[in-house]
Amino acid sequence: MYEFTTRLAATPARVAAILVTTFSIAFATPSLLATPTPATPTIDITKFTYAPKEITVAPGTRIVWTNRDEVPHTVTAKDRSVDSKAMDTGDKFEYTFTQEGDFEYFCVVHPFMTGVVHVRKQ
Amino acid sequence: MLRTILYVESLTRHQETTMDTNDKTPPLAINDRHDPNRRKALSCLAAWTGAAVVWTVAGGVPRALGATTDGKTAAAAKNALTFVQISDTHFGFNKPANPDIVGSYRRAVADIHSLPQAPAFILHTGDITHLSKADEFGRARELFQELKVDRLHTVPGEHDTIDDGLTGYLKFFDHDGKGKGWYSFDQGGVHFIGLTNTLNFKMGTMTSLGEEQLAWLKSDLARISHSTPVVVLAHIPMWTVYAQWGWGTADADQAMALLRPFGSVTVLNGHIHQVLQKVEGNVALHTAMSLAYPLPTPGQEGIGEPGPLKVPAGELGKRLGVRQLSVVRGHRELALIDRPLDR
Repeated sequence: MYEFTTRLAATPARVAAILVTTFSIAFATPSLLATPTPATPTIDITKFTYAPKEITVAPGTRIVWTNRDEVPHTVTAKDRSVDSKAMDTGDKFEYTFTQEGDFEYFCVVHPFMTGVVHVRKQ
Repeated sequence: MLRTILYVESLTRHQETTMDTNDKTPPLAINDRHDPNRRKALSCLAAWTGAAVVWTVAGGVPRALGATTDGKTAAAAKNALTFVQISDTHFGFNKPANPDIVGSYRRAVADIHSLPQAPAFILHTGDITHLSKADEFGRARELFQELKVDRLHTVPGEHDTIDDGLTGYLKFFDHDGKGKGWYSFDQGGVHFIGLTNTLNFKMGTMTSLGEEQLAWLKSDLARISHSTPVVVLAHIPMWTVYAQWGWGTADADQAMALLRPFGSVTVLNGHIHQVLQKVEGNVALHTAMSLAYPLPTPGQEGIGEPGPLKVPAGELGKRLGVRQLSVVRGHRELALIDRPLDR
């Protein structure tokens, strides 16, 4: 069992701030990075599953979900603190995880679809 | 396409002055042609009490129809109350499983208009839209204007509430102006209840009606006699069809406990895009076909998920449809007929 221990940024302003920070570090001032920028993991939503269902990333990692199904899905935190809204076929949703923790999420219209992102310092 | 029309016929005729006293619900009026006199007349044609429910099904529906007959009960008496159930139109869907859902819908409209007896109203059991977008709701409303019936009663599906709960849906389909997804009305001696079971999705569980709605249901039912026939609308099945796909309502048992004392209860659901039925004592539960695309049967071999089913050319019209029901005077039976678009 996983516990969702990290409250992720919920307000648009905070999300924007995080994204701006991420882009600034990754693209504007890459020389500031002591370690290589982590790759952007992708998670496909296909056949009513998140693939991979479970993933471990370092803080600051941006993850991109893409809906490959013909019906809408969402990426929604168990506590609703993050919500992609409806993703139609081909739509993408991205989120940058800044704090360590276990991020449990599901699809609000197909709640049997579940996934988890483990955010760990590496 | 499946067609389902309900013909309700008087078993015990009420006095006209006692009828429709609770029918204050202003549903979506079609073409602004609502005729109160016609509506009142229809409502008074079919008051009945204590009817047993026996379902008859015809029309080439391939499975799960235990009470199949040859469908001859479709011919309702001329003074019967008739209505039609449609479901899961998914306006906005444009994928290969059905690239022309508007065309399918219009075939259904033509089919409804060809009925020998015009239905008093139409029930839509949810997933009006595919993505709950404002333009999809607006388009749906335009398309519903093509129906030559007085009224359309709807309940939301999860596709209608996916982003903002009931906010977008209620801008177009707030039936009683109370800002809720649940309501009731009476017509022809039958008590109709619309429920919403698409707002309480929790991770890893089935949806639920929720305490507030159950409390409302209890109070709503408290004011009618147990001999009053009850028809309940809800999008997601009110019994557990297949929990692995979320095809059920977690607290449906609480609603059933409230409905069980009534002599005749008919629950009409959508969501699973196929016809299934279950009978529990006086309670008969039925799911309907979609007008958009078929879905697999629960746990269908070789298919691991409840996604739109691509069927061979020529097959689609056999998997979409509307529903017809009838209760013939003196027979004390409520008959249901599902009829595909292609028969």
